[in-house]
This record gives sequence, structure tokens and C-alpha cells, in this order.
Amino acid sequence: MDRLLNLSTILGGALLLLVLVSVRRAHIRVEYSVSWLTAAVVLLLLSRSHGLLEWLAAWMGVTYPPLALLMVVSSVFLMVFFRFSVIISQLKDANIALAQRVAILEFHLRSLHEEAAQQET
Amino acid sequence: MTKAVGPGQLLILIPAFNEEGAIGGVVRELRQAVPGVPLVVVDDCSADGTVNLARQAGARVLALPHHLGLGGCVQAGYKLAFELGYEYVIRVDGDGQHDPRDVPRIFEVLRNSGCEMVIGSRFVDGSHPHTSFARSLGTRFFRAILRPILGRAVHDPTSGFVGVNRAALEVFSRSFPLEYPEIEALVVLQRRAFRFEEVPCRMRPRTAGRSSITALKSLYYIIHVLLGVFVNVLKYEGRRRRLLRRRTEPAKAQPWTVC
Repeated sequence: MDRLLNLSTILGGALLLLVLVSVRRAHIRVEYSVSWLTAAVVLLLLSRSHGLLEWLAAWMGVTYPPLALLMVVSSVFLMVFFRFSVIISQLKDANIALAQRVAILEFHLRSLHEEAAQQET
Repeated sequence: MTKAVGPGQLLILIPAFNEEGAIGGVVRELRQAVPGVPLVVVDDCSADGTVNLARQAGARVLALPHHLGLGGCVQAGYKLAFELGYEYVIRVDGDGQHDPRDVPRIFEVLRNSGCEMVIGSRFVDGSHPHTSFARSLGTRFFRAILRPILGRAVHDPTSGFVGVNRAALEVFSRSFPLEYPEIEALVVLQRRAFRFEEVPCRMRPRTAGRSSITALKSLYYIIHVLLGVFVNVLKYEGRRRRLLRRRTEPAKAQPWTVC
């Protein structure tokens, strides 16, 4: 069990570090890093605090505490993925609307150029 | 084309993606079938010569900066038509499968019936044009699904040969299904109590290129469309309930109201 918890700590630490470095290098925007930072902190907290993990396992009715850790972390990651699906959907909608607007504006611009050219001739 | 047009005006939209083999012929045939009617090819960022060939054939081109898929492509055309003030829009596919000689018939029904949408149908007159077994099965399946939702039979729910009036154009320019739009669009219109009519039309084999439909894509299509229909039904039912609640709530909230 200890080895599993140590591994979780390493994973949590690595995730935390990766997110912080990515934010610093502007690879991720701050508002989108919050979900990942929360997930990393939950992973670290539960893998380092045996008392908290055992209390959580008892509360969940799980006899093997690492299973509780796995369930909590899976739930947190699922929520993060869902949040990003929502964000991606919003971005796609905005992107489509923008592409359509650009095309329509280009269409008007081309029409104006053609009309101007016709008037000149 | 940038100026607003008068009432009763028709625009023909031709969504196209990599249709260089067919687009020139489609535009020329349309110009013969409906002379004087403006044609706009909505190019979904083709990698071939579709844009140039469409322009050479005499169409205006609304060129999307990147690939949006059929729904996004058609909606861009609807937005343009609505902004320019067109009263009617008929969509003709760029692959040459729709016969341009059917356009005047669709336009006539669209103008005289008062329906918001007119569908060029392969099956409405009881004919059974040659289609693959899988496609025919899919069409029957969606007919059965749509009948209780629409409250009436629709013979060719997957037809892309569609005419809409300005009321439908306004709805579609704001909200239009992005992938596989035909079936969902019917549900969207029905939920707004709009009417549609089917007109018998000829369907021809593709004049160029190959259909991108595979068995796996067909399965994805069925799941996607079913989900889209289900979501639209739920969305509009929810909106209807909210409206009803809003109408009834003030009476409850104001006990001093005297009837």
C-alpha cells in the first residue's frame, strides 16, 4: 500500500510541477490550469495524509484505502475532462461563427471591389 | 450582391467541398434552369480547384477560411442570404446529384404553399430510386423515428435538396445543426410549429468524385442524428415548459391580482 501511495505522491508532484511550468511558459492559460492544479493537490493530499485517506475510505465504505484514493482521483479527473469538453464545445461554436463571419465579410469586400472596378471601367 | 435585395427574391446556395469535377457543370445547368437567379457556391475550404471553377462558371463564391463540415457550410450561406434580405433560398448540392430542372418546382411550392420548408424528395410519389440496401434501411429507420415527432410522414428525411423561406432562414441563420443537418433541421422547424412540404424530385448519380460514406461512418451518422433529434426534442420541450411556467407564475406570485 505504501508503495502505491508513494507512486501517487510522485504522480501528483509531477502533475503539479508540469502544470506550474506550463503556466509559467504560457503553454496553458491560468484559468485552465486551475482544474489540473486542483486534481494534483487532491492527489498529493490524499496520498500523503493516511488519516484523511482512511477516514475517507471508511466514509465511502471501502475496506482498502487506496481504492478510495483511486475513486476520488478518477472522479476529479472525470470532472476535469468534462469541463474541458464544455470549453472545447464553446470554442468550436465561437470558431465556426468567426469563420462564417470572416467568409461573409470577404464576400462583401470582394463584391465591393468588383463593383468599384466595374464603375471605373 | 452586397446590397439588400427586394421581397420575393430567390437565392440558390450550393455547398461544395472538393467538387472540382462537378461544380462547373452544376453551376452551368442551374444558370440554364433558372436564368437570372443569383447562385452562391459555399466552398468549405476545398483543396482543389472548386472555387476557381465555380467562379469561371458564373457563380459567386462564399469561401470559408477552414473546413466546417456540411452544417457550418450551409449555415454560412443561410447567414449571408438572410443578411442580404433574400426571401427564399434553395440549397442544391455541389456534387451534381440534384437535377436543377426541379428547382422551379420547389420554388413554386415554396412561394405558393406558405410552407417554411420544401423538400425535394426521391420517394414522395411512391417511386423507389436505386439506392444501396444500407441507405434504404437508414431512410426507413429515420422515417419511422420522425413520424411521431413530426406528427406526419416524411418520405425523404435525408434529402439535401431543400428550399426555405425567410422565416426558416432567420431560424437557421441563428441555429443550425452542424453535422448531418437535414434530419435535425426538420425537428428544429417542427418544434417552432413551422410546416414543410415534399415535392417529387429526380436524383442522379454523382457526376464526379466519390461518396465519403462508409459502414463505420453510417453507424456514426445514425448515432449522431438520433442524439441530435433527442436533444432537440428535449431542448424545445424544456423551453416550452419554462414558457408555460413563466406564464403561470406571475398569477401565483401576485395574490392581489383581481380577475
